[in-house]
Amino acid sequence: MTAALALGDDALVLSHRLGEWAGHAPVLEEEVALANIALDLLGQARVLLSLAGDEDELAFLREERSFRNLQLVEQPNGDFAHTIARQLYFSTYQHLLHAELAAGDGPFAPLAAKAVKEVAYHRDHAEQWTLRLGDGTETSHERMRRACDALWRFTGELFQPVEGLDVDWADLESRWVESVTRVLGRATLTVPEGPRTGAWSAGAGRQGVHTESFGRMLAEMQHLHRSHPGASW
Amino acid sequence: MSTTDWPLWEVFVRSRRGLSHTHAGSLHAPDAELALRNARDLYTRRGEGVSIWVVPATAITASSPDEKDPFFEPAADKPYRHPTFYEIPDGVKHL
Repeated sequence: MTAALALGDDALVLSHRLGEWAGHAPVLEEEVALANIALDLLGQARVLLSLAGDEDELAFLREERSFRNLQLVEQPNGDFAHTIARQLYFSTYQHLLHAELAAGDGPFAPLAAKAVKEVAYHRDHAEQWTLRLGDGTETSHERMRRACDALWRFTGELFQPVEGLDVDWADLESRWVESVTRVLGRATLTVPEGPRTGAWSAGAGRQGVHTESFGRMLAEMQHLHRSHPGASW
Repeated sequence: MSTTDWPLWEVFVRSRRGLSHTHAGSLHAPDAELALRNARDLYTRRGEGVSIWVVPATAITASSPDEKDPFFEPAADKPYRHPTFYEIPDGVKHL
C-alpha cells in the first residue's frame, strides 16, 4: 500500500519532530498544544501503518531509504518560527487532502473523515501563530520570514501524485498556494520567492531520498527497538 | 517571558450536558483567541459540544474576605426571605 505508507510516514515523522519539543516549548500552554498535535499525528500514523503491515516493524526497523515521507516533515525543528512554518505548510496540505479524501469513496475515506477534524485544528493553530509571529515584533517577523523562506523549497513535493490516491493534485496545489498566500499576507509576510522544487532540494522523499538530518532522527527514534529486537512493551 | 505579555486568564467551561459554565481553572495566553485554544487543550480535551468562556483575570472583581459578614450572612430569623414555602410542580426542573 504505497499511499498508506506515504501518509503514515508523514504523520509518524512529523509526530516525532513535534515530540522533540517536549520540555522545550516557549511556554507551558504551547508545550501542551504541540504535544496534542504530535499525539493526533501519531494516532493517524498507527492506523495508516497498520494498513500497510506491522506498525512497529514499519516504524522501527525500516532504513531511511524505505521511508516515504515528505522531506518537509523531516526538517529539524529549528526555532519556534521554523516549527510553525513547517506546521503551516504541512497542515494546510494535510487538511485540504483529507477533506478531499473524506468526500470521496476511496479506501481512505473513513480514516480521512476522522483525521480531518484533528487536522483542521492543527491548521488553525499554525495559522494563529503565523499571524502572531509575522505581525508581532520586529524580531519575530524576521524569524518567521526566515523560516518561511527556508522551508519553501520543500513545498513543491507536497503535490507529487501518490499512487493509490484519487486526487486532483493540481487543484489541491492551487488551493494550497491560495491559502498560504492569504495567511502570509495577513501576517504581513510576503510569499517566499524561489522555486518550490528543484535539483537542490531533491524533492524526492516519496521515493525514499531524504535530507541529512533525517538519518540522525531515525537513529534516535529506532535505537531502543534495534537494541532489543523482538522485545514487547 | 514577562507576565504582561502573557497575562492570566480564567477559564469557564460548560460541558455537553451541563447547564452552566463552571470555573475550570486558569492559564496564560497572549490574547483571548489563544486563551480559548489553550483552554480547549487543557480543560476540555477537545470534547465536542462544550462551550468555553475565557476572561482576563484582571477583569474579575472578587468579594473581599474581610466583608464576609455583611455580605454573606443575611438575617436568618426572617424566613420569609427564603423561597422555601412554595410547592414545586413535578414538571419544573433545575430550579
